[in-house]
Amino acid sequence: MFRFITRRTLGAVVTLLIIAACTFFLFFAVPADPARLACGKVCPPELLEQARHNLGLDQPLFVQFLTWVGGIFLGRDYEGLGYCSAPCLGFSFVNKAPVLDTILDRMPLTISLTLGAAVVFLFFGVATGIVAALKQGKALDKIASVSSLIGASLQIYFIGTLALYFLVYKNHILRQPGYVPFTENPLNWAAGLMLPWVVLAIIFTANYTRMTRSTMVEQLTEDYVRTARAKGMANRSVVMRFALRGTLITIVTILGVDLGTLIGGAIITEQTFGLQGIGQLSIRAVWSSDLPMLMATVLVAAGAIVVFNIIVDVLYAVIDPRVRLS
Amino acid sequence: MSNPFLSVRDLTVDFHTEDGLVHAVDGLSFDVEKGTTLGIVGESGSGKSVTNLTVLGLHNPETTKISGEIHLDGQELIGASRSTMEKLRGNKIAMIFQDPLTALSPYHTIGRQIGEVYRKHTGASKSEARARAVEMLTRVGIPQPKTRVDDYPHQFSGGMRQRAMIAMALVCDPDLLIADEPTTALDVTVQAQILDLLKELQDQTGTSIIMITHDLGVVANTAHNVLVMYAGRAVERGTVKEVLNTPRHPYTWGLLGSMPRLSSSVDIPLKPVRGTPPSLLNVPSGCPFHPRCDYMDLAGPELCKGERPELSPHRGHGDACYLTLAQKREIHK
Ligand SMILES: Nc1ncnc2c1ncn2[C@@H]1O[C@H](COP(=O)(O)OP(=O)(O)O)[C@@H](O)[C@H]1O
Ligand code: SF4
Ligand SMILES: [Mg+2]
Repeated sequence: MFRFITRRTLGAVVTLLIIAACTFFLFFAVPADPARLACGKVCPPELLEQARHNLGLDQPLFVQFLTWVGGIFLGRDYEGLGYCSAPCLGFSFVNKAPVLDTILDRMPLTISLTLGAAVVFLFFGVATGIVAALKQGKALDKIASVSSLIGASLQIYFIGTLALYFLVYKNHILRQPGYVPFTENPLNWAAGLMLPWVVLAIIFTANYTRMTRSTMVEQLTEDYVRTARAKGMANRSVVMRFALRGTLITIVTILGVDLGTLIGGAIITEQTFGLQGIGQLSIRAVWSSDLPMLMATVLVAAGAIVVFNIIVDVLYAVIDPRVRLS
Repeated sequence: MSNPFLSVRDLTVDFHTEDGLVHAVDGLSFDVEKGTTLGIVGESGSGKSVTNLTVLGLHNPETTKISGEIHLDGQELIGASRSTMEKLRGNKIAMIFQDPLTALSPYHTIGRQIGEVYRKHTGASKSEARARAVEMLTRVGIPQPKTRVDDYPHQFSGGMRQRAMIAMALVCDPDLLIADEPTTALDVTVQAQILDLLKELQDQTGTSIIMITHDLGVVANTAHNVLVMYAGRAVERGTVKEVLNTPRHPYTWGLLGSMPRLSSSVDIPLKPVRGTPPSLLNVPSGCPFHPRCDYMDLAGPELCKGERPELSPHRGHGDACYLTLAQKREIHK
């Protein structure tokens, strides 16, 4: 198990380096001159030269890349701006502070938003999926499959806006979305994120219901499930311990994909609900041409997806000994 | 004679399917005496597995229609409550399946799978169950049982998996063991070992066994009595000696004729039964074997196509065919 995780983590580091390289070249793919952007609106030629030098833009490209990667591991001194300690993802052109500080500041919101929603739709999706599988062909089963089609076709800005209007402004059922750190007040933390969680759950739950149901139905016909019954195991443990185990593999697979989608979609979610997370940060970075901030948000999002993938792989190994021991 | 340990009377099992009603078992009766082995033979699809899953009560009640009687040690199993059946399964009646790779859970260790049956039925603690699992693995001949008990099924070879399956089935000392083609998925060399193991364990414990197989060779090696099934019905029944040495039903002749190892001792040329088994959605009228039978003209086509022959005589060596005993003796000399 330990070797398995080590192997996957090393693989992930390589992936991240490749992503880092791509992100770095994004910096130069932008049509504007980074030095001019860093320098600001009114920029005399001396200052522009100075900015170019400070950013290391007068160095050969690969030296710049190494300096940048070096900054991530060792920290980096930006002349005239200050020291950016490791892991340094760059200095913001806008607020002249290490971008990572800002990102770490916003990160808890995006994580709470994403993982909180995932917990909600996982729980309801899997629970209804199991019930639907056990009540094959009955009303609940049919409701689940119809609502999954509807859920999949809904867009967050559409249903999010509707929900805001009806549940918050008109009827005051839920609180206006906002972020209170969990450590400060767990109840307010949950209350502030309840609406986005509900909306994301409406969109995602039904897919889990459907996938759980169909996999579970399949699993229930497996030989080893029949063996469990033939041993006298009670129905409950046949379903929860035997059939669910194989179903989890499917669920974990879609969860891995969905978490990526959620992180990528954080821009839209946060925009819809007016939450100041990483997604909003990246939009701002685009508007204000804050290249280091943009690069860093892309890298952090990619990193999050890589981490989720490792977690998914580890979960596979935990669920299925055939993966772990091969 | 004492009451048989397991007695099945007029068992009928129908499945509701999209294509219609499948008559998987139709009016089947048989007995299993204590400590003996009944071999149930027949081509694939003749209803052997369905019959035995019915004994365990493992069919989906919503799509299955079951009638008849099944008495185990005097207790009626058809219509018994779920909790009654759960207490019997794995405890008094245990089952071994054809393919141990798919029949064992890939997600749990061998020891856990053996131990949990024991815990379920005896209330033993985890450590007692584990010790019992090791003991059972030792009994079925798994080397280094103390370490192998923590292995997963995919770490075992095919033969060892079936041994583990047998260990799991016998962990609560069941009175009846149903083995559904226990050697079909195994190598020929391993097959004999598994059959020997089952015989040996039966000698030690006195368990009754139902040995389901399509292989008369297996029956010859392991069983005391034989039931030949065709299209969900019994077509011949008797002791192994009776059925293999003086078979009476044309279908049994066909099966024997298709058996290389046995055809030398009985005097029939080697050839498979011609034609294919009927669809159970639409079982032929009269004698269900008549479309494949070479002797219908002799017995009388009207009779064969018209009315279903009963298994007779009621006790001992019986068969369901309209040929007279003299004709049968004449044909199968
Ligand atoms: N759950 C089920 N639903 C519908 N048909 C079934 C079901 N189980 C078995 N059958 C049918 O019943 C017949 C007998 O099957 P089975 O008892 O498995 O034969 P075998 O003698 O090979 O063990 C087959 O035609 C099979 O297709
Ligand atoms: S009853 Fe007729 S058709 Fe059936 S096995 Fe006997 S001879 Fe053949
Ligand atoms: Mg079968």
